[in-house]
Amino acid sequence: MAIEARNITKTFGRFTALRDVSLEVKEGELLALLGPSGSGKTTLLRIIAGLERPDPGAGSVLFEGQDVTDQRTGQRRVGFVFQHYALFRNMTVFENIAFGLRVRPRAERPSKKYIQDRVRELIALIHLEGMADRYSSQLSGGQRQRVALARALAIEPKVLLLDEPFGALDAKVRQGLRRWLRRLHDEVHVTSVLVTHDQDEALEVADRVVVMNQGRIQQIGAPEEVFHHPASEFVMDFMGSVNLFHGRIDGGKAVFGQLVLDHPNGTGAEGQPARLFVRPYDLDIHAQHDGRPGLRARVERVQSAGPQVRVELVAETGEAVTVEMSHVQFRDSRVGPGDSVYVSLRDARIFMEDYTI
Amino acid sequence: MKPRSDAAHHDPALLRYGLILVALLFLGLFVVLPLIAVFAQALEKGWGAYWAAITEPDALSSIRLTLLAAGIAVPLNVVFGLAAAWAIAEFQFRGKNVLITLIDLPFAVSPVIAGLIYVLMFGAQGWFGPWLNQRDIKIIFAVPGIVLATVFVTFPFVARELIPLMQAQGTEEEEAALVLGASGWQLFWRVTLPNIKWSLLYGVILCAARAMGEFGAVSVVSGHIRGETNTMPLHVEILYNEYNFAAAFAVASLLALLALVTLGAKRLLEWKVRQDYSSLTAVEGAEG
Amino acid sequence: MRHGFKRASILPGFWPAFGYSVFYLSLIVLVPLSAVFLKTATASWAHFWKTISSPGVVASYKLSFGASLAAAAVNVAFGLVVAWVLVRYRFPGKRLVDALVDLPFALPTAVAGIALTSLYTEHGWIGRWLVKVGIRVAFTPIGVFVALVFIGLPFVVRSVQPVLEDVDPQMEEAAASLGANRWLTFSRVVFPLLRPALLTGFAMAFARALGEYGSVIFISGNMPMRTEITPLLIVTRLEQYDYAGATAIALVMLVASFALLLTINLLQWRSRRYAEAA
Repeated sequence: MAIEARNITKTFGRFTALRDVSLEVKEGELLALLGPSGSGKTTLLRIIAGLERPDPGAGSVLFEGQDVTDQRTGQRRVGFVFQHYALFRNMTVFENIAFGLRVRPRAERPSKKYIQDRVRELIALIHLEGMADRYSSQLSGGQRQRVALARALAIEPKVLLLDEPFGALDAKVRQGLRRWLRRLHDEVHVTSVLVTHDQDEALEVADRVVVMNQGRIQQIGAPEEVFHHPASEFVMDFMGSVNLFHGRIDGGKAVFGQLVLDHPNGTGAEGQPARLFVRPYDLDIHAQHDGRPGLRARVERVQSAGPQVRVELVAETGEAVTVEMSHVQFRDSRVGPGDSVYVSLRDARIFMEDYTI
Repeated sequence: MKPRSDAAHHDPALLRYGLILVALLFLGLFVVLPLIAVFAQALEKGWGAYWAAITEPDALSSIRLTLLAAGIAVPLNVVFGLAAAWAIAEFQFRGKNVLITLIDLPFAVSPVIAGLIYVLMFGAQGWFGPWLNQRDIKIIFAVPGIVLATVFVTFPFVARELIPLMQAQGTEEEEAALVLGASGWQLFWRVTLPNIKWSLLYGVILCAARAMGEFGAVSVVSGHIRGETNTMPLHVEILYNEYNFAAAFAVASLLALLALVTLGAKRLLEWKVRQDYSSLTAVEGAEG
Repeated sequence: MRHGFKRASILPGFWPAFGYSVFYLSLIVLVPLSAVFLKTATASWAHFWKTISSPGVVASYKLSFGASLAAAAVNVAFGLVVAWVLVRYRFPGKRLVDALVDLPFALPTAVAGIALTSLYTEHGWIGRWLVKVGIRVAFTPIGVFVALVFIGLPFVVRSVQPVLEDVDPQMEEAAASLGANRWLTFSRVVFPLLRPALLTGFAMAFARALGEYGSVIFISGNMPMRTEITPLLIVTRLEQYDYAGATAIALVMLVASFALLLTINLLQWRSRRYAEAA
């Protein structure tokens, strides 16, 4: 089911959580809302679910083109998975999952047998056979989250909304559940919206990623696009580590110390400050100038305990630089602490100062 | 949590035994001895007299009235307690703390004053006195007055147990139930109520025990009409003032037994209630 | 919804629950209580003053206040010992003892009243020994004091217990490792933590004792100018249909009770902040 959020503004007292946000979720896709805390992603999710209302007159939510903004949450047929599970602590796993079906009004309530079969199906789906009679206090965090998911799926929701579902879990469990969620989505094909502050999670699981900050959408796109072609400084900085250089536009080019680069906006923005963003793995270290744009730097520290080698340097401009390379590359480069080297760029993004009027 | 008693090895044995002795003597003198005295005096004239004292018609009607007053006061205060806890724990509104303090007021008021205020309202010279007189409705010196006074003194008990627990439990489960399609009543019966059942029971027991044992407030509104407006505590007073000690203690012993049962139920439920609170942290714990 | 009285919420049932609560509260508590203040307002100031300052009434203030203060103080001292023993030590029957601490709270006041009286009269189990030493308890202010110690007992113990349970043993170990003996460790490290709870317990025991009626009127003997407690004077005025007089005295008591209630709430609020900061 396609969802649309139109021009949503939401304030809590003096705090503005969402500023005129519009979003379209395509039928059957898994969309991730990604951003730091306070970005408004959870608020947007809750408004879609009906757990919050937009400010009066400030936006609407549409399901399949129908305006549901004023519809009660219980009538929207959405499945919501809470960050802290919100399992009913006085009910067993079975009763939790069956809840949504049991509270239906008489006329719409399925038969006992149907409920039993459906719940058992879901329990098998989440691999918790044999635990139907357990209470949530007897389950691990990962198991509880799976029950929460099954409970949401039991009502055959038109859309599945997940609020940082794996936030409270250990790293290993998180990874396993992430993959499991993706596989589940491929099987069940329910339109899903996932809120997370973990960019690895968003990039790994989602069909499209929505990057949010301070109540606004910064960029929407497929994971590759958002990562490799960030639309703004914030997006680039947020997604993965980055090296930052300060400079300005001078004589039509972007100048960062000794580093001079062509920049498409250079002609119109003479004298304006600019920032250069480079990923650590888009930098190469050589003993000499290798013909590509770059700068001289001195090696401060080498960290080789890890999947990659990280070399920390100080550029001649005084800025700190981090370069990542594979162990093989490092051995070939024969670089050590104290060495004076040349760092060249393979790829980078230049952003002009953001002027918000 | 580690039992605290393992800190005991820090204190020298002499001090330990000394303090335990002082504590036990103090409690023995002020708590145990009076308790024993009640039963000893009740049986002074033997089982026959004991049985006669508690089955005598006035005694029986006092028992009936006590149960009636409690039987009305407790459900009324339970409904109030649930309503107040729901409004206070699940919503944010201005003046919440004022409301909570007001609910505690009956605790701060002397029982005699609790009775006085109803006399001022419904007594012969009270606000509604003439109005009630015209219609031949008796509140003071009659059962309704006793019920009112009992409701007043037991007013906060249930609310005080429920409010902190429900506040600690938060609203997430209720929100989850709403998204799944539950109606207001369904969510209250299936989600909220089961989560508070032990605290509710605890509050009910405290409320009932106090309702049956109340003396000062009921004494003021009752009129002490034998066989009609005497609750058990008042009946005890009458017997005592007539120097009918054995009978007075016999009826008193029933109330003492009630107190002991209350204490026992309290212990059992306290453990359950503590589980309710500790399960909160267990559910939100972050393990793999 | 605008940021007015209540924050918007999707949970149902606020107005029925809130409305009913306020209605019931007003009906049962607020309106009747206001009767005291309104009644006093209609009476003349002279009559009011005469009543609350008459010798018998003043004597009752002294008795009620003095005995309550003394009883609460005794409860602080011994309550601390009891709480310490219950939290820190192990001994047979400890659970039973712990449960018994609540008895004064659970036992109907009239039962406590006659039981205490029977113990402390000349022929009572305790009274007979004290008489030999020349101490009379029943029908004297001392009797009032004893009864008030009884009913205030649980307040201090139950106030101190949770705080004592939460004291970090590592703090005491640190003090010991720095050379402090048990007394210093207690007085400098542990006791300051207990002070707020002791204060709260004291205030609660004191407040309860001031208004106490049933446990006291049997053992006090109710002798005018000597062993009459203030609540009793309200009752006697009522029995004489002197509503104005009863109300006047009641007002004095109410003002004192509310002041205490506020103090207790403030103390609890402060100690909660202190605990959270820790």
